[in-house]
Amino acid sequence: MAELVIEDLVVTFGHRHRAFNAVDGVSLTVPHGTIVGLVGESGSGKSTVARTVAGLQRATSGRITLDGDDLLRTRGVDRRRRARDVQMIFQDPYSSLNPRMTVGETIEEALTTHGDLDGRRRAASVRELLDLVRLKPAVAGQYPSQISGGMRQRVAIARCLAVRPRLIVADEITSALDASVQGAVLNLIRDLQRELELSMIFITHNLAAVRYIADTTVVMSRGRVVEHGDSEEIVANPRQPYTRALVSAIPRIEHAGTDHLLRFADEEGLR
Amino acid sequence: MTNRRSGPPKRRSGPPRQPMAIIAVCMLGVLVLLAVFAPVLWGEEAVAADPDAIALPPSGEHPLGTDKLGRDILLRTLVATRLSLVMAVAATLMGGCIGLALGALPAVLGTRAQRWFASVISTWLAFPVLLVAMLTVILLGPGTTTAVVALALTMTPSFARLAQTLSSRVGGSEYLAAARMLGVSRRRQFTRYVLPNIAEPVIVNVTTSIGGGLLALSSLSFLGVGVQPPDFDWGRLLSEGFGQVYNSPVAAIGPGVAVVFAGLAFSMLGESLAAQLRNREHGRALPPRRLGPAPVAERPARTPAETERAETEAAPLLDVDGLSVSFPGPDGWIRPVQDVSFRILPGEIVGVVGESGSGKSVTMMSIAQLAPAGAAVTARRLRFDGEDLTGRTPAEAGRVLGTRVGVVFQDSLTALNPALRVGTQLAEIPRVHGGAGRAKAHEMAVRALDDVRIPDAARRAQQFPHEFSGGMRQRALIAMSQIGSPSLIIADEPTTALDVTVQRRVLALLRRECAESGAAAIVVSHDVAVLAELCGRLLVMYAGRIVEDVDIALLATPERLAHPYTRALAASLPDLGTDRTKPLVTIPGEPPDLSRPVTGCAFAARCAFATDDCRTEVPVLTEHRHGGRVACRHPQDAMATDAAPGREEVGA
Repeated sequence: MAELVIEDLVVTFGHRHRAFNAVDGVSLTVPHGTIVGLVGESGSGKSTVARTVAGLQRATSGRITLDGDDLLRTRGVDRRRRARDVQMIFQDPYSSLNPRMTVGETIEEALTTHGDLDGRRRAASVRELLDLVRLKPAVAGQYPSQISGGMRQRVAIARCLAVRPRLIVADEITSALDASVQGAVLNLIRDLQRELELSMIFITHNLAAVRYIADTTVVMSRGRVVEHGDSEEIVANPRQPYTRALVSAIPRIEHAGTDHLLRFADEEGLR
Repeated sequence: MTNRRSGPPKRRSGPPRQPMAIIAVCMLGVLVLLAVFAPVLWGEEAVAADPDAIALPPSGEHPLGTDKLGRDILLRTLVATRLSLVMAVAATLMGGCIGLALGALPAVLGTRAQRWFASVISTWLAFPVLLVAMLTVILLGPGTTTAVVALALTMTPSFARLAQTLSSRVGGSEYLAAARMLGVSRRRQFTRYVLPNIAEPVIVNVTTSIGGGLLALSSLSFLGVGVQPPDFDWGRLLSEGFGQVYNSPVAAIGPGVAVVFAGLAFSMLGESLAAQLRNREHGRALPPRRLGPAPVAERPARTPAETERAETEAAPLLDVDGLSVSFPGPDGWIRPVQDVSFRILPGEIVGVVGESGSGKSVTMMSIAQLAPAGAAVTARRLRFDGEDLTGRTPAEAGRVLGTRVGVVFQDSLTALNPALRVGTQLAEIPRVHGGAGRAKAHEMAVRALDDVRIPDAARRAQQFPHEFSGGMRQRALIAMSQIGSPSLIIADEPTTALDVTVQRRVLALLRRECAESGAAAIVVSHDVAVLAELCGRLLVMYAGRIVEDVDIALLATPERLAHPYTRALAASLPDLGTDRTKPLVTIPGEPPDLSRPVTGCAFAARCAFATDDCRTEVPVLTEHRHGGRVACRHPQDAMATDAAPGREEVGA
């Protein structure tokens, strides 16, 4: 695992007078073996940062380096080497797994692309990876349509780990899952991060999840970094008005049975 | 954002038994047998001229007569099967392969290649089919190969367009992006990711096209630019038979029937392949005769105590008892909602929480008479504002509900008609249900938009849905549900697709609207915290049943909740005070597959407190000491006083 440094990243969409900067001068660091949370609302540019780091989106300007290696340089770089730099886990496990490949084939694909394992060792590796994400070996023979959403997301995590990437980008990986499964996936990510010392960018709109899982948190709004600091500290004592608004808007179980929303409606002049 | 799948679970079906498929396979078998054996058996006889039997009419010896050289037309037609079929199949396969390469390869190449290939396909498609065929014939000269090449060239662009449309979906998919990021080679991306995911519709299309290709090849031969003598295919025979159509019409009919027979065989085969694919995707439901009557709730009607309470209690706005929703499935009825009973008092805001597949949306949409197509809804009692809705068709019941029930849908982009201005859509309701005039209705629409704090409502009413932001659209939907002054609002995941700050404004708005108008509301959500802020009472659904019905205030003190599932649900989501040093509370296992019957309590398999009787008998939803109702043999709230379970794993 390695240290990722993003310096003054700009990503522009559109041309000339219709151009706008989806990412507008973002700088952040993911130190070795830590999870950095990236939060913000839709349109904040957090997913664009993720896709640029993962190589799915071209940067307009700026630098992204992983232990000093330039990730934005694409020419003359072996795609398999690049694959071992950064891997991404997608939001929706319904669409990030090939419906025509079994779970075992999906994980094997990642293994064979990055090493010439013989059949027996490959099968053993698949079993190990499934075990790592707390899935039974029998799942290897099933197709994505035959398993639940939570299990699919575990398969996607296993596929990503098969490559042993230096950095993992996790883009809203729990938001398509049911409440009772979200916690299990968050637990898994946290355990794996400790076991394997993963470096990770964890993107989400859920501040509670990011507070639980990330060491430091970066809050983004309109393509810029608004606030940056220790996750617990940011949620407990947000310094910027935007972060404060985000934190106070989170629905809370403690508000059950109070007329909290009506008071808010009054304050906001909604009546 | 979350994309929740609701409705009946899908299942694969066994091999299909369609009469059309069987007939098509039989017809094809006959053709293949003829193609293989006819030239061997009758090949020489079919080309041997007989000067004594020139142009004879049909007879016992020659059922279709003979041609100008005295050859038997029936034998010639049978022998021609091989050449006709081989040509049609070869041309279609050739066109299919070139088309597939042109259309599907760009999915794994760059964007520049995609643009280039797309313009090649469009240009090719723009050439008239006949022109391409004629050009080929002029360039290559008439003959068998020419005909095949010409046909392949005319078929290529339509296959290419099909492959292009199908593969662009794969090209934009996350699984292909994931493969690219893994460093999977382009060749493997094409063979393992693109091709398998587009193969089925392409195969169906190619099969169906063979029939058309046969007809086109016959036309070319008939026109004299295809097969040249001494070779012969059906088109050639048709053309020869046409010469003697006045003295022996059967001579032309024989090869004609053969062309129609073969064309039908391939088209029917293609159609039945397509039907099989559809069935595999959606599961082939049993026919009504084998399904039997729609299931009803097993529990006997209300106990005398319940009836007494129902009568003494304030008159409910909505009274639901024993509601079941079932869908026809491959092995009988699938029952996503079973025996749901609850009441809503006027002005009450009730939240319904559950995971995907718990039946929460299906239940509430069925009550609003918006059950998905094919659903069978049964209930012992379904009364709205004193009026009985059971025994009415959805359309009749819908008229009874009229504007008294407003619905807010989850996806505001699909719930609004993209082609109509927002104001026009809102005005529709008072115009249709209230009989208001155009100007009056428009005025009401603008006022409704203004009521939900949409700034500059008069101008906004003139805009189309895509000109609104997500939060604005959701507000417009709330305005739409409000415009008929309903006494009940049913909102299905009204804020799921919204950002938290927008979500809070929309929730506050909904809460205020209810407080001001006195309307009751049912709000369906997967997020228990959203409901905690908004509602007064909570219905918890699991696997198609209500497991707990409880005052929302109890959520703030989870130890007073009774059902293990509700307790786990309330504890499972991290909040801003969760202890970061401990693992999160989780519920082990997965919800049951409702396409198979569940015996006993559906939660038993995931519950730490389950005993043997939980697994055999369904617990009944009964009144509980916490003031609500619970369906559980081992309610946990009593134990909370002596041993408060903390945030450790429930179950396991």
